[in-house]
Formats: sequence, structure tokens, C-alpha cells
Amino acid sequence: MELFTDYTLRNVTLGSMLLGAISGLLGCFAVLRRQALLGDAMSHAALPGIALAFLLTGQRDPFTLLLGAAIAALVAALWLLAIVRTSRIKDDAALALILAVFFGFGLVLLSYVQRQPTAAQAGLKSFLFGQAAALVERDLWAMLAIGGPALALIAIFWPQVKLISFDPDVARSLGLPVRRFEVLLTGVLVAAIVIGLQTVGVVLMSAMLIAPAVAARQWTNRLETMVLLAAGFGALAAFIGAWISAQGERLATGPVIVLAMSALTAISLLIAPERGLLWRRWRLMRQWQIGNGE
Amino acid sequence: MAFAVEIEDLTVAYGDKPALWDVDLRVPQGVLMAIVGPNGAGKTTLLKATLGLIKPAAGSVRIHGQPYEQQRRLVAYVPQRSSVDWDFPTTVLDVVMMGRYGQLGWLRRPGRAEREAALAALEQVQMADFAHRQIGQLSGGQQQRVFLARALAQNAEVYFMDEPFQGVDAVTERAIIHVLRKLRAAGKTVVVVHHDLQTVPEYFDQVALINVRRIAAGPVREVFTEANLRATYGGRVALLGANGSAGAVTTPTPAPGD
Amino acid sequence: MLTPQLEVQLIAVIIAAACALPGVFLVLRRMAMLSDAISHTVLLGIVLAYLISNSLASPLLFVGTAAMGVITVWLVEMVSGSRLVREDAAIGLVFPALFSIAVLLISRYTGNIHLDTDSVLLGELAFAPFDRIELLGIDLPRALIFGGGALILNAILLALFYKELKLATFDPALAATLGFSPAIIHYGLMTSVSLTAVTAFDAVGSILVIALMVAPPATAYLLTDRLPRMIGLSVAIGVAAALSGYWVARWFDVSIAGAMATMAGIGFGAAWLFAPQRGIVAQALQHRSRRERFAVQMLTLHLLNHESTGDAAIECHPRHLIEELRWPPAFANAIVRRAEQSGLVRRQGDVLCLTEQGRALARDL
Repeated sequence: MELFTDYTLRNVTLGSMLLGAISGLLGCFAVLRRQALLGDAMSHAALPGIALAFLLTGQRDPFTLLLGAAIAALVAALWLLAIVRTSRIKDDAALALILAVFFGFGLVLLSYVQRQPTAAQAGLKSFLFGQAAALVERDLWAMLAIGGPALALIAIFWPQVKLISFDPDVARSLGLPVRRFEVLLTGVLVAAIVIGLQTVGVVLMSAMLIAPAVAARQWTNRLETMVLLAAGFGALAAFIGAWISAQGERLATGPVIVLAMSALTAISLLIAPERGLLWRRWRLMRQWQIGNGE
Repeated sequence: MAFAVEIEDLTVAYGDKPALWDVDLRVPQGVLMAIVGPNGAGKTTLLKATLGLIKPAAGSVRIHGQPYEQQRRLVAYVPQRSSVDWDFPTTVLDVVMMGRYGQLGWLRRPGRAEREAALAALEQVQMADFAHRQIGQLSGGQQQRVFLARALAQNAEVYFMDEPFQGVDAVTERAIIHVLRKLRAAGKTVVVVHHDLQTVPEYFDQVALINVRRIAAGPVREVFTEANLRATYGGRVALLGANGSAGAVTTPTPAPGD
Repeated sequence: MLTPQLEVQLIAVIIAAACALPGVFLVLRRMAMLSDAISHTVLLGIVLAYLISNSLASPLLFVGTAAMGVITVWLVEMVSGSRLVREDAAIGLVFPALFSIAVLLISRYTGNIHLDTDSVLLGELAFAPFDRIELLGIDLPRALIFGGGALILNAILLALFYKELKLATFDPALAATLGFSPAIIHYGLMTSVSLTAVTAFDAVGSILVIALMVAPPATAYLLTDRLPRMIGLSVAIGVAAALSGYWVARWFDVSIAGAMATMAGIGFGAAWLFAPQRGIVAQALQHRSRRERFAVQMLTLHLLNHESTGDAAIECHPRHLIEELRWPPAFANAIVRRAEQSGLVRRQGDVLCLTEQGRALARDL
């Protein structure tokens, strides 16, 4: 297949799939811990970090920019938690506020960067909607270097992570350091976001965290299966997206991936056994028919 | 007498409002104690502050004579059912095994020993047949029994339960009472936040009457009197028993929320 | 005749006010994130209307985008209503999908018109004065007329339905029993949010729409407890953010919309830190004095509880306070001194005793 043989296409396809798998898996915890939209806020909030990292270092290499993004996202998450804890502002308003303010500040910095005479600033804007087509091998390694440790941490502390996601109060009564784990899970979410910024961009990143988890949840009742399925769905959607956008001239990869993922989710919500809406309706009709037959 | 739980001067405040004022409470070993009081009296707060889930403004907690922080292993907690998401993708057996995670330590995976302890605990609450069900498919009473089984799997000495009888069916209520009595027979101590005044004399040995402050605590026969109940509920209690301790019902009162 | 500079500021001020009005109720009803969803999906409404009518000025644009906002809310409610997905996740599913469709449609079919995806987020406030139409014989910027329309509409709706909105926000159940359908009020509010978003969107971009809808009301919420005052303050704060943002942007030559959002954020941050009663600083100060008052009360209560018991000699010793109440020694001494000065407590040898006044206070607690 051309997607894997052509050098550029291979990077795009592999990179997108890697992103889909990692963000799909890590997004499960955000969704289960009722923080689905925290990912949205943090990915928007990453923008000023990218611009600042560039302004301060003058570098466009992915590690520098993504480090800036990660720091900004973490600062945003911490401020958000502080606002909710110390004031009467509820989390929905805090999320929307942080998202818009950080992003607005990011735009201020970007517009400032764009007036710089250097050519190096070109491409910073691609973080808005992502530019999968520009992925090079170096970016893939960056994704692995960030995503690998995040996944390893989840694997090592699997029982604890599971318990804390389900019942933090009992976890605390058992003596687990729940606070530290919450910081860890937030950090891991930041890692997932940072990986996706180059490919799907800050605006659509939240879909890559939420949709695979929601889709996977419909097919299984076990957390272990759910995270693996979510990784699979994420990778599959990325593959489909990369393939479709390779066909047409003016089809940006990021939005196509998000649409493919949305379609997978919609299908899951409708037909998944036991939970799917159509499945349940079908079973109801069967029961009704059997009831009438007797 | 040896005390399983010694709470001293426990005070909790939410902002300006004190939720608990200088509460002292001693629970002897091997008893079933009910914590009783009107809505908003701080019953759940008392439990959570005892377990360190809420930071108290003052006070200390000792379990079997030692500070609570050193004795976590001896304590099991059964939270209110509504405190978790029952659509979480996990099975009954998995939830019960979580009770063992405290003893598991870092990096070790739950294995055969944890599994067997969990199955035995499920057996005790008559839920063994449901081990592989998804938790969302259970009825309220079954969910409550799963939580109880998780605490049993911890094999603790002291059990704290937050409203285990809230909204459960008669089968579950009997099953829970059966388990509580078995725990008492084994010398364990159980502290239960309880709502139904009528069943207090039947189910419990000891009772603590709480309304932000401790009104009274001790053996049900001595403490569960009309005078004490009036002091706790502020005259909104109608007692049925002639001797003042046989049984009591609360008249419906507007609930300001717990 | 206004200069373009003044016109830009006027547009910004009007849009800020128009956004703040429905924003107050979004924040109070805990639906702020729906503004995020709607401000993204109105893009799809604009694109679809454009593809049908081939014009960015047709009335179809408003119908299409308002409908799209309502459809977004309806989709979110349908997805979360299936009880398979929680509402926050439902928002995160719906708007990226609709937004993706919009982005793809733009890049595929509309090509080079000014509906490029950058301006969607950024807006082009600086160019707004150059896009003019005539109204009643006066030549005005389009954004000014549309923004003014949104402001007037929102103000009229608020005036007409103030009582219903207030009731449905604080007690939806009561509103329903009194015959005000919460669904109608909800969708009415969402229509107003969508309409405001689309008028503002073109000039200031979708992100600033969110900032102007959420940040000023959230700031006002920290400053007052009364709804009418909160509405007034929100408008004032939004206007201040718009004007200061404009001048900051001019000064540093940066994105106007971004600077306005930033100023709105700085305003919120300042209120969060320094609000008279609810700010962090005020809270810390209150906490300190409250802690001391609280500790004195606790001391009297503690003494009362142990007055009649045999362990009074131990429980009522000042050293006990340090050990059992876990008060630091200096704090314990300060509290005992304060209690003595207020005439609540006196010393008898080594033991602390309540005075009559202290006993009365402890009983009242």
C-alpha cells in the first residue's frame, strides 16, 4: 500500500495512528473521571506555550515547542482547579474562561511572532488546525518519547489508577496518595494533548481524547478492554482519515480524522450489543413479538 | 474497656459554618454502633473527617489505641452508593478486589489470593452469582451488598458505613444485618450512619446522637431516650413506645440536605 | 462621520455588551461550555448558508446559523439523553464533528473567500469598518449594524422575559409547575446565544465570543450576589475589556480579538484575587479572623463539655489544648488570652474555667 511505502505518506499515516492510539487510550481516564472537557480547555491553553517557547528560544524544533505547550497546559489546568476550589465559579464557566483567555493570549503572541522578520515563524499557525501532512520522522520520535513514558506510568500503576478513577474516597481511605495520582493523570492527559497538537491542532484535539473512549465504552464492560479498544479505535480512525485525505487534494487530515472518529462513535452508540440504541430497540421489539406470540 | 475508635474534640467547618463542634466519641470494641441525627447534622461529615477524607479544623482519631494514620489497615469504609459512577466499566468481582489494593502494595498485581478473598466476601453477602456482572446492571440493594463485600474483603477490624440501609430492598437489609452480626460475633467493630430510628434498638448495641454537637452516646438502652431524641431532633420526634426507648419515628421534616 | 478607529471601538463595545447579556444566564445555569460548542458550530451554519445563497450578507445566514446553534444544543442533549454518554463528553463529541465538517467544506468549496479558517478563530475587527452597508440612508459598518441588532434584541428579550429567566435559572421545577416551560426558556436562550455568536463571530472570531460571554459574567459573579447588579456589572466589565484590549492591541500591534480576551482574563484574575469579599486575599484575611473567633468558641465549648466530668483537671488544662486540639503552642496561648480578655474564661490554678458569660456563649452555639 502506498500509505506505508511512500515516505511522506508513511510518516503522516504512522504519525496519525500513533496519535490516535495514544490519545484514545489516555483519553479514557479523562472521560471516566468526568474531565472530558478539561482536555479541550488544556489543548486550547497550549497555544500561548507554543508561541512563548518560540519567542524565547527562536527554535522551531518539536521538542521545544511541545515542552512550551505542556507547561502552558499544566498552568491552565492548575489555575482552573484553583478557581473551582477557591471561588463560587463552577467548572463549566472556569473551563470556558480558561480556554478562551489562554487561547486569546496565544493569538496575541502569534500575531506578535508573525511580525518578526525571521522565516522560522512560518508554520506556527499550523498548530491551530494541525498539519498532519507536515509530519516528519523526527515528529514521530517526539510522539513516542512523550507518549511512551505516559503509557508506561499507566501500566505500572494500573490497579491504583483504576481504583482512583472509580472511587477516590475509598482509595484515600486505603492510604493511596490520591492527590499525587490526580496530578499524574493530569500530566498524562497533557502528554496526550501535546502529541496531538501538530496533527489535529488545538481546536479538534478534544475529539481525539473523548470520542475513542466513548466509542470503546459501548462495546465492553471491562476497563482493560476499554482502553485497548479506545487505542484501536483511535488508530483506526487515524488510518481512515489519512487514507481519505490522501485521495483528495483539499482535504485536511485533522478534520477528516475527527470525522472518521465521530462516525465510529456514532455507529458504536447505535449498534453496540447490550448498550447501543438500535440494539436495545431491536431487543425490545423481539421481546414484544415473543410476548404476543404466546 | 478497650476502645476500637476514640474520637476526640473533632471539629469541622465548611467556610463560616461549623459542621461538627468538638465531638468526642468512643466506640468499644466488638459493638455495632449507629450514628443518628437529623439531616445536615454532620453524620457523614463525622465519618469522613474520622477517615481523613475531610480535613478537620481540630481533633484527633485513634483506632485501637494508635493514631489513625498508622492504623489504616485496620479500617474499612463503605461510602454512600451515590458516591461513585455505576456506569464505570468494571465487574462486581473487580470492585470487591479493590478492597485488597491497600494491602497489595506498589507494583504488585492482584492475583489468586485477592480473587479468592473477593469471592469469599461476595459469598457472605449472597452475591457470588453476580461476580462477573457489570456493576451498572445491579439493583440498588445489590450495589450496596457489593460495597459491603469490598469492605469485608479488606478483612479489617473496624468498619465505617455511610447509610448502608438507604433505599435498599428487604432482602438486602436482612443480608446486611446478618453480616453485621457475624462481624460483631468475630469481635469486629462497626459504626453505621443510620436514618431509621425505628430499627435502632433492634439492630444496634450502641448509639451516638449527633446534631453538629454530640448530644449523647452509649448503650442504646441508656441513651436512646425521648429526652435525648428531643434534644437531637429539636422536638420534631414522636415517640411511640411508652417507656421512651422502644421505638421512635421521625415525623416528616423539611430536609435542608446533608 | 466616525473615524475607523472609533468605529472599531464602538463595534467592540456593542458586541461585548451583546455577549454579556445572555452570558450571565449561561454562567448561572452552568452551561458556559455550550457557548464553546455553539461558537464553533455556527461556522457550519455560515458555510451551509453561504453555499446555498452564495452570499455572506443574505438573511439566510442568520436563519442558518441560529438553527445550527439550536441543532448543536439539541444534538448534545440527544447524545447525553441516551444515558450512554455524560453531558460534558457529549459536548466534546458534537462540536468537533460539526466544526470538522465546516472546515472541510470551507477548504473544499469556498476556496478563497474571506471565510478562511484563521479568521474564524481570530476575527478581523481591524477590517470591520471597511465592510459597509447603508441603513436608512446612513453608511455604516456591517458589523456595527449587526452587533447593534444583537444587542437590542438581547436587551428586549431580557426585559420581556427577565422574570421567567430568573425563575427557570434558580428553580426549574417551580418554573415548570407555574407553567413556564423550562425547555422553551432554555432553547430561547440558546437561540439568543447563537444569534449573538453569529453577529459577533464575523468581526471578533469564535474564541472572543466565548471570552466575552463567559469572562465578564464570571467576574461579576465574584463581585455581587444580586442578579440585576450582576447583569449591569457584566456589561460594564465586557465593555472595559473590549476598550482596554483595543488599546493594548494598538500599542503592541497585535491581534485585537486576542488582546480583548486577554484583558477579560486579566480582569477575572484581578477579581479572583482581590474581590472585596470573595477574592483570595479577602478570604485569607477572613479565614484568619474567623479561625481565631472559631477557636475561642471551640475552647468554651470544649470546657463546657468537660466541666462536669471527672477529667476536667486534664481536659481543661492549657497543655491539653496543644496536645489534643493540635493547636500550635503559640496559637493556643493567644486563644486562651483572647478568651480571658473577652471575659469568657478564667484561670483557676492550672485549670481553665468558664465564666457565666462563656457558659452562655457555649450553650448558644
